[in-house]
Amino acid sequence: MPAKNSAEKLMVNFIDCAGHGVCAELLPEAITMDEWGYPIVDPRPLPPSLERNARSAVSGCPTLALRLVKAD
Amino acid sequence: MTAATDSTQDGSQSSATTELPRLLPPPENKGDAWGLSAHIERHGRLPYRDREGILIQDIETAGLTGRGGAAFPVHRKLQAVFAAADKRRRTPKVIANGAESEPASDKDATLLWLSPHLVLDGLQLAAEAVGADTAILYTHANRRHDVGSRLAEAIRERAARSLDRVPVQLAQAPARFLSGQETALLNHLAGGPAVPTFNLPRITERGLGNAPTLVQNVETLAHLALIARKGPRWFRSVGTDAEPGSMLATIRRADGQPRISEVPLGIPLKSLTGDLAPGSAVLLGGYHGTWLSESQARQQLTLDNHSLAEVEARVGTGIVITLPPDRCGLVETARVVRYLALESAGQCGPCLNALPRIAAALAEVAGGRARSQAIEDIERWSGLVAGRGGCHHPDGTTRFVRSALRTFAPEVRRHQRGQCSATSSKPFLPVPQDAARSEHDWI
Amino acid sequence: MLWYASRATGVVALLLLTAVLLLGLLVTRQGRLPGLPKFAVTGLHRNLALLATAFVALHVLTAVSDGYVDIPITAAVIPLASPYERLWLGMGAVAFDLMLASVVTSLLRRHLSRKAWRAVHLTAYVCWPVAWLHSIFSSSDMQHGLMLGIGIICAIAVVGGVLWRLAAAGNDVPRAERVGLLMAAVHRKGQQRGNRLHEQKNKGAERTLIQ
Repeated sequence: MPAKNSAEKLMVNFIDCAGHGVCAELLPEAITMDEWGYPIVDPRPLPPSLERNARSAVSGCPTLALRLVKAD
Repeated sequence: MTAATDSTQDGSQSSATTELPRLLPPPENKGDAWGLSAHIERHGRLPYRDREGILIQDIETAGLTGRGGAAFPVHRKLQAVFAAADKRRRTPKVIANGAESEPASDKDATLLWLSPHLVLDGLQLAAEAVGADTAILYTHANRRHDVGSRLAEAIRERAARSLDRVPVQLAQAPARFLSGQETALLNHLAGGPAVPTFNLPRITERGLGNAPTLVQNVETLAHLALIARKGPRWFRSVGTDAEPGSMLATIRRADGQPRISEVPLGIPLKSLTGDLAPGSAVLLGGYHGTWLSESQARQQLTLDNHSLAEVEARVGTGIVITLPPDRCGLVETARVVRYLALESAGQCGPCLNALPRIAAALAEVAGGRARSQAIEDIERWSGLVAGRGGCHHPDGTTRFVRSALRTFAPEVRRHQRGQCSATSSKPFLPVPQDAARSEHDWI
Repeated sequence: MLWYASRATGVVALLLLTAVLLLGLLVTRQGRLPGLPKFAVTGLHRNLALLATAFVALHVLTAVSDGYVDIPITAAVIPLASPYERLWLGMGAVAFDLMLASVVTSLLRRHLSRKAWRAVHLTAYVCWPVAWLHSIFSSSDMQHGLMLGIGIICAIAVVGGVLWRLAAAGNDVPRAERVGLLMAAVHRKGQQRGNRLHEQKNKGAERTLIQ
């Protein structure tokens, strides 16, 4: 995971995503579900207030399809 | 094939165009022009540099960009692989991508058929530049010519003269639309199906067999082979300043037959489409490309990304198709999108769900039996799926679809009334008929 | 006294391990626990796994520390290292090793390839029966009465769960066939709708569409 002081954003690896939906439950402020059960992720850098929940969403994904990457 | 037509638009391409074609044999040559002796006679011997990395500087000065569709600066890829090999102390691998899985394109197969030694030269030079010990040439079987046999013979000719320093392996791509995609290509070479994989870090750092891997389109390698002989200034003597060089274009006009032409970048689109009859349309960039209306195509557009950005199109792999007025653009688009949907790898939820639905809705629109919301649905699904996949297949497909809905908007309205302006129902755009049915079709 | 603690923590560990396996099956099939959010299923699966590991550790420590029978601490992870009840305790060691492997690889999952993680995690299906055999046969405790009942219920639950999971997987569509199936399904739905719609259209002077 990127260093704490750099801005981060969410990214989904759709090849591994199976549409469990855990991420949208844990981070509804940045993740919603499409009509087929797959996550629509806010592409903007995450505000610091959401960082902790974002990390639980990332570790909560049963297929580790959700990632936090550096926002460029 | 035809030599490039003269361009007198802005003077930057005047006398240099007479030295085209560069990659393809001159038009008066026939038959044996592809052999090693003829190749050496025309182009000279393979100019090895005898040191890694040197060629990269020339490629940078030349401004060569990839001819596989993405137009990525070649020197940056070479540099990335070279640096990764150094940092990780791993010997890199080089792959020539001749999969050409786009049905409307024929330029790579033609290049491999007519100038295999240029591609093979480029492969050796790229391997030398990055210090690779493995070279693979990946081609697609389904073509008019037996490219595989010719390449095997070409490799034998070179082996007889000990020309290649890195032995070249031939590999065959399965007949799938995605098989030319970089990670799908690697997946296949590693023994799996030709479906994309999630690759972080990039394959230039960790690719085939965990080694830094360079994947270049076969045409790109052919240009590289000539730049190594004639220098970057020569390469830049045609084309535009921002987008230098020549490229192979696949042109289809009213008879639907593909013609490969080597043209300078920046050539007026008009010389490729010909005069447009009223009711025509132009498809630029193949099945992940963009439809242009006749009035858009009549603007002073040139074949380069800078000019085409005005109509939200890209050069891509240089496919220029003129749809004659007697065909229906919606019907053709629906046929193609059905094929594109069936070619989805089916790994990613959004693509798997959206593409078949878009294809079905488009078929309804084309058949004049669409529900009133069909267009809205297509737009919504297109928006949902763009950027949400493991590769750019859904992005390209929806770009194609949306450009069709824009360009053929009047036709959409006609179809909603149960009418169609086409007078021929003969299929125009080339669409393969065999769909993948099992895992076996992807291997 | 410690001996009783060992047997008690052993039973709790088995119950927890059973729950972890059943929850794991539920996660794979994207099932839910009634009234609980989705993250509860995966959260419980992981937390109970850690708890089970803790209980097994306690179970081992109390068994080793107790002077009633001589069991070396190495017997916890090295099968057949205990002269006492060599076979059944050995099974306990195997089960514990596999448990540790699953837990550790899961904690370090980010650094492993998907295939590697999955291969280790699938050993859970070996771990559980081995743990069960160890539980039933290491001491006469679970061979009669309430304890035996508990053992049998756990076994039925696991067998039932695995059968359910295998049956559900029978409906899974192989990757290469998914898009074809979906195309056919969507097309069929469209046809049914379209047939109704077409009857309502009026034909104009220009070429009308047949289909």
